[in-house]
Amino acid sequence: MQTLPDLLPALPEIVLACAGMALLMIGVFRGEGSLRLVSWLAVAALVVVGVLLVQGPAERAVTFSGLFVSDAFGIFAKLLIVTASALSIILSMNYLEREQLARFEYPVLLVFATLGMLAMVSANNLISLYIGLELQSLSLYVVAAFRRDVAKSSEAGLKYFVLGALSSGLLLYGASLVYGFTGTTSFDRLAVMFAGGATPPLGVIVGMVFVAAGLAFKISAVPFHMWTPDVYEGAPTSVTAFFAVAPKVAAMSLFIRVLTEPFGHLLPQWQQVIWFCSLASMIIGALAAIQQTNIKRLMAYSSIGHIGYALVGLAAGSQEGVRGVLIYLAIYLAMNVGTFAIILSMRQQGRMVERISDLAGLSKSHPLMAFAMAMFMFSMAGVPPLAGFFGKFYVFMSAIQAGLYGLAILGVLTSVASCYYYLRIIKVMYFDDLVEPLERPGRAAALVMTGTALFIFPVFYLFAEPLLSGAGAAAAALFHG
Amino acid sequence: MADLPILTLTTFLPLVGAFFILVIRGDAETVARNARAVALWTSLITFIISLFILTNFDPSNPGFQLVEEYAWLPSYKIAYIKGVDGVSIWFVLASTFLTPICVLASWTSVEKRVKEFMIALLVLETMMVGMFTALDFVLFYLFFEGVLLPMFLLIGVWGGPQRVYAAYKFFLYTFIGSVLMLLAILAMYLTTGTMDMRVMLDYQFASDLQKWLWVAFFIAFAVKTPIWPLHTWLPFAHVEAPTAGSVMLAGVMLKMGGYGLIRANVQMLPVGTAWATDFVFVLSVVAIMYASLVALAQTDMKKMIAYSSVAHMGYVTMGIFTMNHQGLDGAMFQMLSHTVVSAALFLCIGVAYNRLHTREMAAYGGLAHNMPRYAVVFMVFMLASVGLPGTSGFVGEFLTMLGAFQVNTWVAFFAATGLVLGAAYMLLLYRMLFFGKLDKPEVKAMPDLSWQEMAYFAPLIAIVLIMGVYPASFKDVYMPTVEKILTDHQASLQAAGLTAPAPVQAASIETVAPAAAVNASEN
Repeated sequence: MQTLPDLLPALPEIVLACAGMALLMIGVFRGEGSLRLVSWLAVAALVVVGVLLVQGPAERAVTFSGLFVSDAFGIFAKLLIVTASALSIILSMNYLEREQLARFEYPVLLVFATLGMLAMVSANNLISLYIGLELQSLSLYVVAAFRRDVAKSSEAGLKYFVLGALSSGLLLYGASLVYGFTGTTSFDRLAVMFAGGATPPLGVIVGMVFVAAGLAFKISAVPFHMWTPDVYEGAPTSVTAFFAVAPKVAAMSLFIRVLTEPFGHLLPQWQQVIWFCSLASMIIGALAAIQQTNIKRLMAYSSIGHIGYALVGLAAGSQEGVRGVLIYLAIYLAMNVGTFAIILSMRQQGRMVERISDLAGLSKSHPLMAFAMAMFMFSMAGVPPLAGFFGKFYVFMSAIQAGLYGLAILGVLTSVASCYYYLRIIKVMYFDDLVEPLERPGRAAALVMTGTALFIFPVFYLFAEPLLSGAGAAAAALFHG
Repeated sequence: MADLPILTLTTFLPLVGAFFILVIRGDAETVARNARAVALWTSLITFIISLFILTNFDPSNPGFQLVEEYAWLPSYKIAYIKGVDGVSIWFVLASTFLTPICVLASWTSVEKRVKEFMIALLVLETMMVGMFTALDFVLFYLFFEGVLLPMFLLIGVWGGPQRVYAAYKFFLYTFIGSVLMLLAILAMYLTTGTMDMRVMLDYQFASDLQKWLWVAFFIAFAVKTPIWPLHTWLPFAHVEAPTAGSVMLAGVMLKMGGYGLIRANVQMLPVGTAWATDFVFVLSVVAIMYASLVALAQTDMKKMIAYSSVAHMGYVTMGIFTMNHQGLDGAMFQMLSHTVVSAALFLCIGVAYNRLHTREMAAYGGLAHNMPRYAVVFMVFMLASVGLPGTSGFVGEFLTMLGAFQVNTWVAFFAATGLVLGAAYMLLLYRMLFFGKLDKPEVKAMPDLSWQEMAYFAPLIAIVLIMGVYPASFKDVYMPTVEKILTDHQASLQAAGLTAPAPVQAASIETVAPAAAVNASEN
């Protein structure tokens, strides 16, 4: 009698899948008005998954016939994803209720999207990579269009879907080329195949670039970024808050795994591609945001820029580089969740506002909120002593170590350029006069913004070492040999 | 007292005060009153504690003292290390000394958002003290850049009509300079494997690398100092900043540039320094002459003082890079003197501005008649700025000129024109403000100095005169360190094969300047 394979490495994912289905049932049976219950249960499920991740073994373990891998790298990335998802569900409850979007499907969809992300991060095969990616994407397409009766939201959903399908097509095409030229989709066997140092067939390189292009779309790296501002602007703000963090972290982690594990020995082949994407993202992210008046669009360009900085670490192609990226992502998470907690609180006379000028004089009406926002903006600009500086510090360190001097110099210069628009938000809040005060932020939003602001300074300073060593262990797991 | 971490205490005590101000609640009047009081007491206590740094400091020891070292981020070999030596100790005291004065100077002149103003001022103090005492490069960079945040808000919220432009320009200029320094720091870290500045001071970097690093550091500190042509942010920042902001900017922040040039460029990168000496001389001379001429053409009092700062810092950079005894000594002294004099001049302008709310010189005139005390105070600082013997300004300018003369006569010759021009514009300013007929009714109505204003001018006058009459009281503290810097510099150049071995006679005035020796050996 055949025994079941050892599925324990995938336990967090299995738990989350079961929880997602159970939540769906609860929602269906309780009907309307169960958003809060389902949301809190979803948060609870994510917390449980987080605990399982922390408690589980950190050693590399493979299951599902080698399709699924669990290692320290995956655990670190998954913890970030789970945290981001849980926080964005907490943030969205108030928003959904006020905007008459209170449907229980929302948290359930986010849970399934999160499941897809976890599966992506653990993919050890081009097939499981694609399945995880699609599970995530399908859920995201739906939530982007969650406000069906508003044209902008539907447009955002449709745009995301069409371009997302295109990128999935690219990715699949690339995967099929790789399979065609090597005869395998397994990451482990691909890695062994290229280990010799011989020049791989051209088809493999083309296939790898297609896969990279598909993934670059998911992290919205230039030149695959065009969807980002429109989707960020059109989607309901709570969805944007979710989009800005968890999927980016997941896709970035997947990107790292794909390029360093199966294609790790092809560094000379892909380094220039990442180099270009990184530089272009930093430049577009810095310059295109200057003209924006809508804060959601501004955040879209800001996230493009941040992905550029994270890619600097990946372009280094070293263990230190990956460590830098992971630290960057953790700090990026805190900054973005905090900023979106504030954007979700931007309400005047009972309706949401999203122009930057609506923040005018915020330091007079809500001094603490303005202070938190100023910290997030300074942190995103990479000004010490805020945590955002350390994110950039580590990726640029790895770039210099890898000899990418040009990228490092241009990168820090674009970070100065991007300073301009982050400073503009601070200018509007602190230097301009109050026009119309915002409403008081909700309790959840206030808690989240306080917590993340405290993380950026000074909690990060006191507890940076666990984060750094965790990221170090995670990066080491990818370069196991 | 010696066992206490005095440096950490001095650094973070203002932050504690800022936190207390943050939690003050009540109606606007109460908050403002309490915020002023807390800020004043915090900064005074900080100043008193910082005096213990001086008493515990052994001037005969050229190395770092009062060192505190704690592990912080061991996985990256980044530690929390603090310490002072002869070069940095006076700047620490300058920061703690000027902060209570700034609080007093803003007592009545800052009316809106007093609470936030005092918080920004105290945070600024923390950053400045932290920067001068940091011995870990990451810590150094954190504080160096951290200064931008409170200063940006000080200029932008409490500044004049063009404050937004000035704040942006200030922030972006200084930021772009220092990000390049960050890359240089990373490169040095990857070479030495540690962020400990003490290790880097002894490390001999490869000659080619030194030149690149030197350029990166130089840009960062040249913006801050500022050195022509990277000075253009300074007039705007000074003019638009509130009085306290200008005082801090001129008094301490410009010295960050000078301190950085000594600490990083000169001490860590001797080969780069020798390589770039002539270049710096040219920039310094141009800065002195150009800034003096521009200052002569100003009608705005603050702008004139701002340009005079550029000129005076030109003497500092010139003095530093002579790399001889008198030059470096003079540069240090000139920085300390400029700290007091320029801070005092900005305070003086603040006095006039608070009464008439204009910075145009032509709006005043004849103030000597109705404000005699003010006229005397202003005259002392005006003459110190001109460099009258017996005031602090003379010693620094004289020594830097002496140092430059040994290295290159032409440099000294052109720099001397700055002395003449400096006298011209300062006397012009004084004449416009204080002499002539007292015929404008609004000027006639200006009251003389209040007791508060007297209170913060009195110690400044005392220091200016002590520094002028008995400079050794200040020089003795940093001279051993300066001598060590010079001997180390010689030794490193010899190790790099750039100069012939020669006996080093640091303390003699007939010494052939080391930089001249370098030039000779290169030619």
